[in-house]
Amino acid sequence: MEFDFALISFAVIGFGLIMYVILDGFDLGVGILFPFASNEEVRDSMINSIAPVWDGNETWLIMGGAILFAGFPQAYAIVLPALYIPIMLMLFSLIFRGVAFEFRMKANESKFLWTAVFFAASFMAAFSQGLLLAGLIAGINVENGEFAGGPFDWVSPFALIVGLAMVCGYGLLGATWLIRKTEGDLLAMSFRASKIFLVAILIFMAIVSIYTPKLVPEIEARWFSGENIFYLLPAPILGLVCSVRLWIDLSTKREDSPFFWAIGLFLTGYLGLGVSFWPYIVPFEVTIWDAASPASSQLFLLIPILFIMPLTLAYSWYSYRVFRGKVTDVSGYSAHK
Amino acid sequence: MDLDVTLLSRIQFAFTVSFHIVFPTLSLGLALLLAIIEGLWLKTGKEVYYFLYRFWVKIFALTFGMGVVSGIVLAFEFGTNFSRFAEFAGPVIGPLISVEVLTAFFLEAGFLGVMLFGWSKVGPKLHFTATMLVMLGTMNSAFWIIAANSWMHTPAGIVVEAGRVVVESWWDVIFNPSFPYRYFHMLLASYLTAATVMAGVSAWYLLKRQHISVAKRGLSIGLLAMAILAPTQAFVGDIHGLQVLRDQPIKVAAMEGIWETQKGVPLLLFALPNQEEERNDFEIAIPNLASIILTHDPNGEIKGLKEVAPEDRPNVAVVFWSFRMMVASGMALIAIALFGLLCRYRKTLYSSRFLHMGCVAVLPLGFVATLAGWFTAEVGRQPYTVYGLLRTADSVSPIDAYSVAISLTLFVVVYSILLVAYFYYLTKLIRKGPRYESPVEYVVEHVQLPTMRDRVDGAFIDREEGKHNGV
Ligand code: HDD
Ligand code: HEM
Ligand code: HEM
Repeated sequence: MEFDFALISFAVIGFGLIMYVILDGFDLGVGILFPFASNEEVRDSMINSIAPVWDGNETWLIMGGAILFAGFPQAYAIVLPALYIPIMLMLFSLIFRGVAFEFRMKANESKFLWTAVFFAASFMAAFSQGLLLAGLIAGINVENGEFAGGPFDWVSPFALIVGLAMVCGYGLLGATWLIRKTEGDLLAMSFRASKIFLVAILIFMAIVSIYTPKLVPEIEARWFSGENIFYLLPAPILGLVCSVRLWIDLSTKREDSPFFWAIGLFLTGYLGLGVSFWPYIVPFEVTIWDAASPASSQLFLLIPILFIMPLTLAYSWYSYRVFRGKVTDVSGYSAHK
Repeated sequence: MDLDVTLLSRIQFAFTVSFHIVFPTLSLGLALLLAIIEGLWLKTGKEVYYFLYRFWVKIFALTFGMGVVSGIVLAFEFGTNFSRFAEFAGPVIGPLISVEVLTAFFLEAGFLGVMLFGWSKVGPKLHFTATMLVMLGTMNSAFWIIAANSWMHTPAGIVVEAGRVVVESWWDVIFNPSFPYRYFHMLLASYLTAATVMAGVSAWYLLKRQHISVAKRGLSIGLLAMAILAPTQAFVGDIHGLQVLRDQPIKVAAMEGIWETQKGVPLLLFALPNQEEERNDFEIAIPNLASIILTHDPNGEIKGLKEVAPEDRPNVAVVFWSFRMMVASGMALIAIALFGLLCRYRKTLYSSRFLHMGCVAVLPLGFVATLAGWFTAEVGRQPYTVYGLLRTADSVSPIDAYSVAISLTLFVVVYSILLVAYFYYLTKLIRKGPRYESPVEYVVEHVQLPTMRDRVDGAFIDREEGKHNGV
C-alpha cells in the first residue's frame, strides 16, 4: 500500500499555519492595539507581555513556509512568485516589527518613532496576510504547472476586505490576550477593544462569506449543492457559538476565557476555509498529490516532525509557563535594557 | 529600458543574504563566548563575569534580532525569486531548511526569552542551560543551512527525474563532499569574528580607561580565543582549498587567476584579471608557490580557466580579489593574536597601547573575511546554482522585472536604515558600558559573595591596574 505522505505533510502545514495565526496573531494584535493605549508606559506593559515569546511565535510562519517548500515544491514555486508583492509587503512589515522590539527598548528620545513603527508594521503584516489569503482564494493563473499571471492579479476590493478582516481578527486576539496578561486601566481598555473588534470581525466574516461563493464558483458549488450544506453547517454554527460565548464573557468581565473563545472563532473560520479548498493546495489548480515532493523527501521530513515536534511544543509551552501570569512585576523584563 | 529579472534577482539575493550573514556570524560566536563566560561565572563566582555576560548579552540580543528579521526574508526568497530552482531542488533544500527550523530556530527562540528575560524567573543552573541551548541552536542552524548550501556546490546522493531531483541517500546529500570543510570553516569564522569583536571593544575601553575590570576580562578571553582560532582557521582553509581543487577546479583557477592549464604555477599576489581577453593584464607573482600550496609539489599541474567554455566561467576578478581579501584579513588576525600571546607572556596584555590600538583596528576584519569568503564561494560557483546541474539563468521565477527592481530598491533603502539604527544603538550600548548592579537576588544564596575589588567601575582603578596604567 502507498503511504499517503502528502496528506501528512499537508496536515503539518495546516497545523503550523494555525499555530502561527493564533500565536503571532495575538502579538501582532498587541501592536495593532497600540493607538488605544494612553501613554508609553502602558505600551511598555503591552510589549512586555509579548517580548519573551514573539520570536518563537513567528517561527511557526517560517516552519509553514519551509514545509511547504519541502513537501510541495511545485505549490511553493507557483504561489510565491504569484503573490510577490503582498509577500514582500509582509516581509518588510515583519522586518520593521522585529527590529522595533529591540530598538524601542533601547531608545529614549526616539521611542515614539519606534512606537509608530511597531504599530504600522503590525498593522501592515496582518493586512498583507489578508491580501495573501484573498489572492489564494481568488485564484492564481497557472499554465504548464507554472505561474503565468501578472504582478497585480491579486488586487481587488475583495482583497481589501479580507485584509481588514485579518487586522480586526488579530486585534481581537491581541485584546483578549491582554485581558489575560494585564491589570488596571490596560485591562479595561482591552475589554473595550475586544468588543469593538469582535463586532467588526463578525461583520467582515459575513461579507466574506457572502462574497466568496459569488467570486469563486467552485466554492459556491461545494457549499450549496445538494446536501453538502448540512455537512458543512457545523463550522459556521460553531463560529456563532464562540462569538456569543465571547460576548457574554466579555460582558461579565471574565479574564481567563475570552482569549480561548477568540481562538475558537479563528479555528472555525479556518475549518470553513479548509473544507472550501480541500484537496487543492493551489486552489482549484493543483492538488496536494500533484505538488507533492518525492517520497524520499517526505519521509525525511516526517521523522524529525514525529520526534522533534513534540519536544518543540513541550519547551515552547515551558517558556510560556516561565512567563505566565499578569505582567505587573516588570522587573524581569526591564532587567534586560 | 529592459530590465533583466535574472540579474536583478541575483543582486537582490546576494544583497539580502550578505546582509543576513553578518548578524548570525556575530551571534553564533557570541553564543559560544557567552556560554563560556556564564560557565566561568558559575564556577568561580566572580562578579566580573556576571557584568561581562550582562553586557555582551545585550549586544547579542540586538544582533540576534537583526539576524532573525533578515533571515525570514531569505526563507521566502527561494520561492519568490528563484521558483524554478525551488521546484528543481526543493526535494533537497526544502527538507534541510525544514529540519533547520525544527531543530534550530524553535530551540533558539524558545530559550532566548529565558536567556534575556528569565534572570529573576529561573535559577542560575537553568539559566545557564538556556544559554547552552541557544548556543546549540545556533550551531544546528549553521549545520543544516551549510549542508543545503554545500550540496549546491557539490551535489551528491540524488538522481534527476522529471525536471527535479529525487534523493537516493540523505546521508550523501548532507555529508556531501564539501560539507565538513565548509561547516568547520564557517563555525571557526563565526567564533573568530566574535572573539575579534570582543577583544576590540574591550581594548577600546582600556584605551579610554573605562570599565577596566570588565574590559580586562573581555580582552583576555577575546585574544586567547583568537590565538587558538585564527591559525586553526588558516589551516582548515588550506585543506578546504584542496577540496575545492578536487571538486570545483575551475573555481580554484578563478581564485588563483590561472587561465592556462600549466605546471609549476606561480602564486599571484596582485593581478588584474581580464575576462574578455582571457588573461591577466598585470601580475606580481611568486614562482611555483601556487603549485606548492595546492598540490604540495613545485611542478604540480593546475587546470586553467580555458579548460571550459567562456560561458561556463565565473567572474574571475570578483573571485580572485575576494579570495585575497579573506586570506589577507586572516593573516592580519593571526598577527594580532600572536602579538597578544607575546604581550601575555611579557605581562603587558593590559598595558600595551600598541596592542589595544591593533585590536581596535582589526575589529571589522572578521566580517570582512567572512563576506569575502562567501563571495569567493558563491561567485565561484557561477554560472550554476546547483553546480553542474542547474544554471542560474534557468533558476529564476517567471515574474515581472519591475517588481524585482522595486523590491530590490526597497531592500537597499530599508536595510540601510536598519544598519544605521543598529550601529546607533550598538554604539549607544557600548558607550554606556556594563552596568554594575549586583547579580539578582538568588545569586547571594548560590554563589560566593563578590568582593569590593570586583566591583570597580571605570572611575575607580584598583591596585593592580594602578600598577600598569598609573605610570
Ligand atoms: C542554501 C543556500 C544558500 C546559502 C546558505 C547562501 N547562498 Fe549565496 N546564493 C544562493 C544560495 C545560498 C543561491 C540561491 O543559489 C544564489 C542566488 C542566485 C545564484 O546564482 O545563487 C546565491 C547567490 C549568491 C551571490 C551572487 C552570486 C552571483 O550571482 O554571481 C552572492 C554574492 C552570495 N550568494 C553570497 C552569499 C553569502 C554572503 C552567504 C552567506 C550566508 C550565502 N551566499 C549563503
Ligand atoms: C540562504 C540561506 C539562509 C536562509 C534561508 C536563512 C534563514 C534564516 C531564518 C528564517 C532565520 C530566522 C529564524 C528565527 O526566526 O529565529 C535565520 C536566523 C539565523 N541564521 Fe540564517 N539563513 C540563511 C543563511 C545562514 C547561514 C549561512 C548561517 C550560518 C552559517 C545562518 C545562521 C543563522 C543563525 C545562527 C540564525 C539565528 C539568528 C541570529 O543568530 O542572528 N543562516 N536564518
Ligand atoms: C587564512 C587563510 C584562509 C584560507 C586559506 C581560506 C580558504 C578558503 C577557501 C578555499 C574558501 C572557498 C570555499 C569554496 O569555494 O567553497 C573559503 C571560503 C570561506 N572562508 Fe576562508 N580561508 C581563510 C581564512 C578565512 C577567515 C579568517 C575567515 C573568517 C573569519 C574565513 C571565512 C570564510 C567563509 C565564511 C567562507 C565561505 C564558506 C565556505 O565556502 O566555506 N576564511 N575559505
